Amino acid sequence: MNDLDALESQSIYILREAFNRLDKIAMLWSIGKDSNVMLWLARKAFFGHVPFPVLHVDTHNKIPEMIEFRDRVAKEWNLPLIVGENTQALAAGMGPHKGRVECCTALKTEGLKALLAKHGFTGVIAGIRRDEEGTRAKERVFSPRNQSAEWDFKDQPPEFWDQFKTDFAPGTHLRIHPLLAWSELDVWRYIERENIPMVDLYFAKDGRRYRSLGCAPCTGSVASTATTVAEIIEELETTKISERSGRAQDKESEDAFERLRAGGYM
Amino acid sequence: MSNTATALKVSPEASVSQSASPMKIVVVGHVDHGKSTLVGRILNETGALPEGKVEYLREVCDKRGMPFEWAFVMDALQAERDQGITIDTAQIRFKTAHRPYVIIDAPGHKEFLKNMVSGAASAEAAVLVIDAHEGVQEQSRRHGYLLHLLGLRQIAVAVNKMDLVDFSETRFNEVKAEIVAYLNSIGVEPTYVIPVAARSGANIAETAAETPWYTGPSVLGALDLFEPAKPLTDLPLRLPVQDVYKFDERRIIAGRIESGRLKVGDTLVFSPSGKMAKIATIETWGNTVAAVSAGAGQSVGITLDEQIFVERGNVASLEHHTPYQSHDLKARVFWLGRGPLKVGSRYKLKLATAEHVVDVVTIERVIDVEDLANHQGTEVARNAVAEVVFRAKSPIAHDSFIDNPRLGRFVLVEGYDIVGGGVIAETPAGEARSRSTHVTEVPHKVDAETRAIANGHRGGVVWLTGLSGAGKSTIAMEVERQLFLKGWQVTVLDGDNVRTGLCGDLGFSDADRAENIRRVGETANLFAEAGMVVVTSFISPFRADREKVRAINPDTFHEVYVATGLDECERRDPKGLYKKARAGEISYFTGIGSAYEAPALPELTLTTEGKSVDESVADLLRYIENAFSLSAREQANGWGL
Repeated sequence: MNDLDALESQSIYILREAFNRLDKIAMLWSIGKDSNVMLWLARKAFFGHVPFPVLHVDTHNKIPEMIEFRDRVAKEWNLPLIVGENTQALAAGMGPHKGRVECCTALKTEGLKALLAKHGFTGVIAGIRRDEEGTRAKERVFSPRNQSAEWDFKDQPPEFWDQFKTDFAPGTHLRIHPLLAWSELDVWRYIERENIPMVDLYFAKDGRRYRSLGCAPCTGSVASTATTVAEIIEELETTKISERSGRAQDKESEDAFERLRAGGYM
Repeated sequence: MSNTATALKVSPEASVSQSASPMKIVVVGHVDHGKSTLVGRILNETGALPEGKVEYLREVCDKRGMPFEWAFVMDALQAERDQGITIDTAQIRFKTAHRPYVIIDAPGHKEFLKNMVSGAASAEAAVLVIDAHEGVQEQSRRHGYLLHLLGLRQIAVAVNKMDLVDFSETRFNEVKAEIVAYLNSIGVEPTYVIPVAARSGANIAETAAETPWYTGPSVLGALDLFEPAKPLTDLPLRLPVQDVYKFDERRIIAGRIESGRLKVGDTLVFSPSGKMAKIATIETWGNTVAAVSAGAGQSVGITLDEQIFVERGNVASLEHHTPYQSHDLKARVFWLGRGPLKVGSRYKLKLATAEHVVDVVTIERVIDVEDLANHQGTEVARNAVAEVVFRAKSPIAHDSFIDNPRLGRFVLVEGYDIVGGGVIAETPAGEARSRSTHVTEVPHKVDAETRAIANGHRGGVVWLTGLSGAGKSTIAMEVERQLFLKGWQVTVLDGDNVRTGLCGDLGFSDADRAENIRRVGETANLFAEAGMVVVTSFISPFRADREKVRAINPDTFHEVYVATGLDECERRDPKGLYKKARAGEISYFTGIGSAYEAPALPELTLTTEGKSVDESVADLLRYIENAFSLSAREQANGWGL
């Protein structure tokens, strides 16, 4: 087994554990490279089937190409897609102008919480990776959230030998993270190997491309000439620019991202 | 000790083989000995930090009015920076010219030991950090011990903060002697002991000018000399069943191969049922070429040539190399629960994909990791290590940790929480391997599962024990009546009835009583095999006799203690026997002239005093229905094969 085989196998193991151990699970799909890979892994784990809903929390601020990609792939792959949004906050005019952390909290975190509550999910699979950001590096594979979806990072359950926390009090739920051990480079090498479709925004146009996709107002592009997956891999092998450098909401204060995540953000 | 290897030149620019999996290194040690600083330094020296990270952290430190802190690289949480401690483990990657690494920073504080274990359990090698000034401390020893217990055999020691002791060779040798003596005493041979000043970077990537007396490798050089973990493909096949999928026309058995290899056409034995079938296909998705074989580490899906009943928790192996099976497990446990582990407590034990309810039978010794002294005890406190014997209702398929770590380790769950972990110390001599190698000579053509599905319940023995007059027969007969009315296959074996026939030749000496119970036990088991629920009503005063009955088939034996005190039994005296015994007309009467040994760990205790017979009957009925009924899913699976 090479390293991509090992990562793939471990992620499949995690997905199968989540499917077997939890009553009602769903997978978050942000349409970005990581969740596209995660979706692909689910199809491998369950032999072409995706036996749980795929959730997309729409902030109405996403880059249009992402929505077009979502609808096309959902149809092609026959995905059980559920789209949710924080209708109330959107109606009240929430947007990054009210503060980026506030906007993320309202449109993403609260939008997600409402969706979870509506369907009573006991587990949510999310494509975060340890190498993305410092607080994510601290995450467990099966990470419990309380009734308000908050993350108690000061008292996480022990997790060893692939024995995950699968027992939890009623009303709480788990976030399951099958991609924690992957790096950004692994993701792209796997995309290349498996030929997984990606949104065009990742590929350079006029000397710029997106490394991390989010909402249009808060996601910046980076200077790049990489127009193919192979060129992206080549670029990542030498770059020292951090992946989320284009994400504005992380930079409002030293602990902006930590506060977002503790509150239930991905 | 070999400190003679020369340092390897580390260059972050050099290309690293893309196919190598990163080696996982955990960094452990006592609080404030400099783990996070060492990690921050390693990341910096290997060029692993993104552009602007150091500048950003410098700003953070400036804002806080403090000197630059390398530890902030890993201590990403605000609370960690505020208090200057690592709360939870983190994992960050870096690479040397030799290979890629994942570095796991583990907290040193005692209250975060569960986080340290979480970090260390997934590592292939470790760096134990010790403060040159403070020397070996409590958590240095505890972490060293736990690393060994978790199965880590490659440990480098970094004697840190050498700058605070003026890079004194004498001080280094003192600390080195102390830690090497401790590690040797627990069977660990530290690979390297390295003098380090993490804050200034001495002996991190290159050997330092400040320690001309040191000839060994730098920290990164030592890491590069570690051996990567060997794949477990050479061990016997172990495929714990994770799930069975029926999304389409295929019935796919899914799981990860923990060790060994399998190929299409192999005959698999599933423990504990002992059922066998051949692998028909290895299923994949998205591959154009069908797989014909797979090995350790791969998550696979297989189909079988025969539709045998297989479920999550079963372990597939090859004939002649099946795992051990036993109800009792002796293990070395590290306990992380808030409350103590106690004799008589019940936990959920998770081993690979199987879950078992286990009772703590004995705590053989509690190990003080400070001085390695053994203590007797009936409790194991948080963060302690102990040797414990567990007993399960159903046989546990396992290996000893030394033979196969994947099937030789488990975690314990109490309530909603994982409260401990353990490694299986040894397998009892003479313990049977999977039953398939001891197939009954004349097998029935109707098996237990078929009978259970037909009856809607399993067969088994509900063994009531207690003093004469405790209420055993009264309860047994009413339970029989009510189960019968519900359509159950049920009968009662009662003491007096058996003694008029089957055991009419036996008296009341201890030997005759033992033989009486043996015969009843064998008879009850035959009924149970025939698919019936057998409720027995015997005083059966001796624990050893009852344990022998349990041993006939521990899966189906349920001991129920009808716990009525002697005073109450004597007051009831339904047969006038106590009166006769008191009058000296009966010698060796249990409770008067002969002892009664109450069960240590019965499956159920019925307290009859202050309760109506109906309440006791209801309690026992509820227990039997829970223990013997087939759940809807099991029935569906049974029929849907």
